[in-house]
Amino acid sequence: MTVQYTSTELLISVIARLLSGCRHVVTGASSPIPGSAALLARELSGGTLHVNVLGSTRNNSFTNGGVELFDLAAQGRIDAFFLGGGQIDGAANINLVGTGRYPDLEVRWPGSFGSTYLYFLVPRVILFREEHSRRVMVPKVDFISAPGVSAPNTYRPGGPYKMVTGLGVFGFDRRRGRFRLESVHPGHTLQEILDNTGFEFDRDAEVPLTTPPEARVLQLLRSRIRGEIAEAYPRFAASLAN
Amino acid sequence: MLTTPLCDLPTLAAMIPHGAKLAVPSENAGVAMAATRELVRRGVRNLHLICVPVGGLQADIMIGAGLVGTVETSAITLGEFGSAPRFAAALGQKQVRVVDATCPAIYAALQAAQKGIPFIPLRGLIGTDVLANHPDWKVIDNPFQADDPIVLLPAIRPDIALFHAPLADRNGNVFIGRWRELLTLAHAARQTLVTVEAITERDLMEDVDLSPGVIPALYVTAIAQVRQGAWPVRFGDHYPMDQEAVGRYVAAARTEVGFRDWLSGWLAGQPAQVPA
Repeated sequence: MTVQYTSTELLISVIARLLSGCRHVVTGASSPIPGSAALLARELSGGTLHVNVLGSTRNNSFTNGGVELFDLAAQGRIDAFFLGGGQIDGAANINLVGTGRYPDLEVRWPGSFGSTYLYFLVPRVILFREEHSRRVMVPKVDFISAPGVSAPNTYRPGGPYKMVTGLGVFGFDRRRGRFRLESVHPGHTLQEILDNTGFEFDRDAEVPLTTPPEARVLQLLRSRIRGEIAEAYPRFAASLAN
Repeated sequence: MLTTPLCDLPTLAAMIPHGAKLAVPSENAGVAMAATRELVRRGVRNLHLICVPVGGLQADIMIGAGLVGTVETSAITLGEFGSAPRFAAALGQKQVRVVDATCPAIYAALQAAQKGIPFIPLRGLIGTDVLANHPDWKVIDNPFQADDPIVLLPAIRPDIALFHAPLADRNGNVFIGRWRELLTLAHAARQTLVTVEAITERDLMEDVDLSPGVIPALYVTAIAQVRQGAWPVRFGDHYPMDQEAVGRYVAAARTEVGFRDWLSGWLAGQPAQVPA
């Protein structure tokens, strides 16, 4: 019997797997899928994983205000965080500010949030962007909200770890400053990824398919996790299957 | 000079002059929306708005209504409702200047003001276009360790902090709970103006359970009671975002005409009107 699942459920389950072994995961602004994945990973961890979801009060244990997240990151007390980008390039530079020549932008996006800092400090930064197109995956970003790699003398214990998109999962080699395609999501193809990516990346001759979500994971997502994420992301939760 | 910090909403809003450096918290933390409506009604101009650390509906309305000369922020977004339409439009027409920052830099610069020091170092930032384009930040060599560049940020000292809180007492103490950035804001700003859901007859400082979450009256300039003072924005655990009201705003504010129409309806409401 084949288990039916949505593309959102696949992404949540994929991201949750990337969090295994973490002790503390935080999700930031406008991150309903990472937030759901972190809450799922907590369920699957048997309670060993601490999760803080910005925008939630129930799933948020910070007692020192908004600055606590950033203080924790600088101390190495956060293992994984999520960033996105209106543009992402092949060196994992991310742009959350806009297209065109700053400050006279053609299109303005919200802004850099905490990326300009957290990308440097959190060991496993997972880039997540559902739209995988040449509009997003560009040869070079127009504005660097945060760089993928830094000069050797820049203090940088953190950086890009993986990139998850609507088409596949990439790893990032910090020494070489390049992505490597690790898997293609079921229903999509390597050719589709090549056609929709504006930069070069490494890959093996045969790229495996992304592992689909297990039945138990889907059951958790559609019950417990859906309810938990609704507090911070009511519109997103309403769009999930139940 | 007020003999008591308690006043009505128009009196509180009148304390914010043209050109003020005004700091406000992000959504959920206590956005003083009713007070913002008074500012729009008064036609305050050329504010230097500091979003701590990101702006939302409040910033979009203030920018759209022409109150803001400069906005210093890490981002402006309407969250699940998408991008902030009047912010984008005002930028396109160069009606507002934006100083792009990052969340921890805004917090750290306020903490420098809190400590009364001129600047504060912060990790990260090096090699970004945020740093390259910021008018005030500098990179120095760590004086305690060789070959370790680090960024210095000048302190941000707001003229006024403006936010909404659940409870105050008649002595001017304000309960904020665990939204500690509001305490930092009050410490950093020259004046702190607060709208509250309720006024208690107790002295909050005498309550051992509540006092750790209190901003003492020492820091508080004025308090006005406004029930539903953050509406339609979410207010912590007290009430959720009014999705329908925000949805109406987002639909209207796509165009200048639509925004003006929405604004006149909003301004026609009573100062302390409680939504049905």
